[in-house]
Amino acid sequence: MNLFRKHPSLPVFLGLLAAFVLAVTLMSEAAGAGLVSTSFVKTLGKTLCLCLIALAMDLVWGYTGILSLGHFAFFGLGGYMIGMWLMYARTETIVEASLASGALPPTPQEVQDAIATQIFGVVGASDLPAIWSLAGSLPAQLALVVLVPAALAAVFGWLAFRARVTGVYLSILTQAMTLALALWLFQNDSGLRGNNGLSGLQNIPGLEQHGQDLVSLWFFWASALALGLGYLGAQWLVSGKFGSVIRAIRDDEARVRFLGYPVEGFKLFVFVLTAVVAGLAGALYYPQAGIVNPAELAPIASIYLAVWVAIGGRGRLYGAVIGAAFVSLVSTWFTGGNAPDIPLGGYTLHWVDWWQVLLGLSFVAVTLYAPRGIGGLFDLLAGLRAPNRRGAPLGPDQGALQEKEADA
Amino acid sequence: MSTLLEVSGVSVTFDGFRAINNLSFSIAEGELRAVIGPNGAGKTTFMDIVTGKTRPDSGRVLFGEKSVDLLRLSEARIARAGVGRKFQRPTVFEDQTVAENLMLALRAHRAPWRVLFWRPKPADHARIAELAAEVGLSDQLPRKAGELSHGQKQWLEIGMLLAQEPRLLLVDEPAAGMTGPEREHTTDLLVSLARSRAVVVVEHDMEFVRRLACKVTVLHEGSVLAEGSLDHVTANPAVIDVYLGRG
Ligand SMILES: Nc1ncnc2c1ncn2[C@@H]1O[C@H](COP(=O)(O)OP(=O)(O)OP(=O)(O)O)[C@@H](O)[C@H]1O
Ligand SMILES: [Mg+2]
Repeated sequence: MNLFRKHPSLPVFLGLLAAFVLAVTLMSEAAGAGLVSTSFVKTLGKTLCLCLIALAMDLVWGYTGILSLGHFAFFGLGGYMIGMWLMYARTETIVEASLASGALPPTPQEVQDAIATQIFGVVGASDLPAIWSLAGSLPAQLALVVLVPAALAAVFGWLAFRARVTGVYLSILTQAMTLALALWLFQNDSGLRGNNGLSGLQNIPGLEQHGQDLVSLWFFWASALALGLGYLGAQWLVSGKFGSVIRAIRDDEARVRFLGYPVEGFKLFVFVLTAVVAGLAGALYYPQAGIVNPAELAPIASIYLAVWVAIGGRGRLYGAVIGAAFVSLVSTWFTGGNAPDIPLGGYTLHWVDWWQVLLGLSFVAVTLYAPRGIGGLFDLLAGLRAPNRRGAPLGPDQGALQEKEADA
Repeated sequence: MSTLLEVSGVSVTFDGFRAINNLSFSIAEGELRAVIGPNGAGKTTFMDIVTGKTRPDSGRVLFGEKSVDLLRLSEARIARAGVGRKFQRPTVFEDQTVAENLMLALRAHRAPWRVLFWRPKPADHARIAELAAEVGLSDQLPRKAGELSHGQKQWLEIGMLLAQEPRLLLVDEPAAGMTGPEREHTTDLLVSLARSRAVVVVEHDMEFVRRLACKVTVLHEGSVLAEGSLDHVTANPAVIDVYLGRG
């Protein structure tokens, strides 16, 4: 409870989140009001998941100074892990229904073969790959949502941090990891349906009798709960001595070593923890999106994540959330064709095409002119100033907070 | 007095240039020692070796009564074994408050898992206040370290070293860039520090070294040129030749 008193932004954030959930619920189709369409409830639920992964990105980049450009890989993996169960279990019900009409009850082997043919027909295979052996069990796949991103992050982080790879080189390595994973998933024989990905994920086995309006609302609630808990946990993490150590690592890791802290251990801890959070966010996101495919893991997605956090304001939790919510909602608006096209004489400016350019320019503008991002507006309101350090960053490391990002 | 640190036959080469050349000397438990020498003599490099930042090509560095070989440990392990270091330029965590800086340095478990669940007890707050008083920063505790003056940052760093409770403290040019009164305060701090632990001070300024009133080691081209009281070494013709004669 001390946490709430020390960080007034925490109760404000949780309060706003609760009010938002209540408002959306009351206006949803499930509540009969129909002011907010079911598809928009899904968009909002997905946005909350993106806020959660942005929170993870802020921990790893804003607080620890590791500019990871690979966290969307963990997000995608979380989606794949839950998607495997969703697809398998749903296909199982369909297959069992169709086989039930036969004279003899089907053997388990027949059922499995039929499921495999159903799922893998698109990639011309009919055997269930070994990685699908647990797909029939929800608890097992839920465990994998946590374990697979954690294992990948642990192996990657252990190799990279132990070799003391930092700064730009580390960012490039994380990009390479994401790219390699995406390319592997694109292959048909990777066992995850190649570029088709996993689809039909919005149909939750066991919840068929409920309409999408209700199911989407449940996922929206679950996403909000995850974000609230994630925010609370992140606030707790960064408020104590642990937060002090990781911020110190961000600004000057050599100095932290000479204080006796195992810097690599801390980086690995944060990297793995945030990978798990990203995986969980992905597991909540993709059932709302309905489909997960390798394009979701494209390196650009992870770069967007960094852009959101930068635009929201790095090194402050609500900044990351605001950045992710703001940019992804605005992006949905522009790419959804809602923005009016601008006729420019001979050329018509279609926002669907030009939105990316606008985003790129705003990123550059924020970096140059408002390094504290949207979150910095709150500092203006609170009358906080930046420390005057005559342009010097707050530490020698590449990830160190810059003068204009910090508050005095 | 028993030996705390023993450096024997250490050599380091940077791109063919021998920065430390077969360096051997030892520091006793609780000793205060000044190390002087011209620019590029290898003073900072010596500290880099003891603290694990630079790996020598040959030689041994033994520490403590169990004679642990420091060359086999990581920087963090060396720090936990009881070697503290103050850098040439003040290095404190500028985005954090004076209290947070001291709290970071405070002797406690260092593993991530232990740090995660560590919460300061009243005794820890009291210790922080005591340390701040000792280095003269009592009224600066809630301020961000980045806002302190150069001298105050140096003291904060000394306070952090005190909080770490090392058995051996390596201090690189603590008085560089300080004003007269700041220097005096720093000398007093170092002398009082040395009452409970071994301290090695690297310094250029002769007046400063004289005030420390301790044994002096003169380094030159990566090895020991002379050792003894300040008057003894300053009378040494070789020392006058390479160091004092030029100033
Ligand atoms: N990482 C490095 N790479 C290459 N050369 C180095 C490196 N570190 C130190 N040197 C060289 O080793 C020599 C010893 O340097 P060192 O910094 O130890 O001197 P110093 O006695 O501390 O000098 P000063 O009084 O100027 O601080 C110098 O010639 C320096 O240029
Ligand atoms: Mg030096």
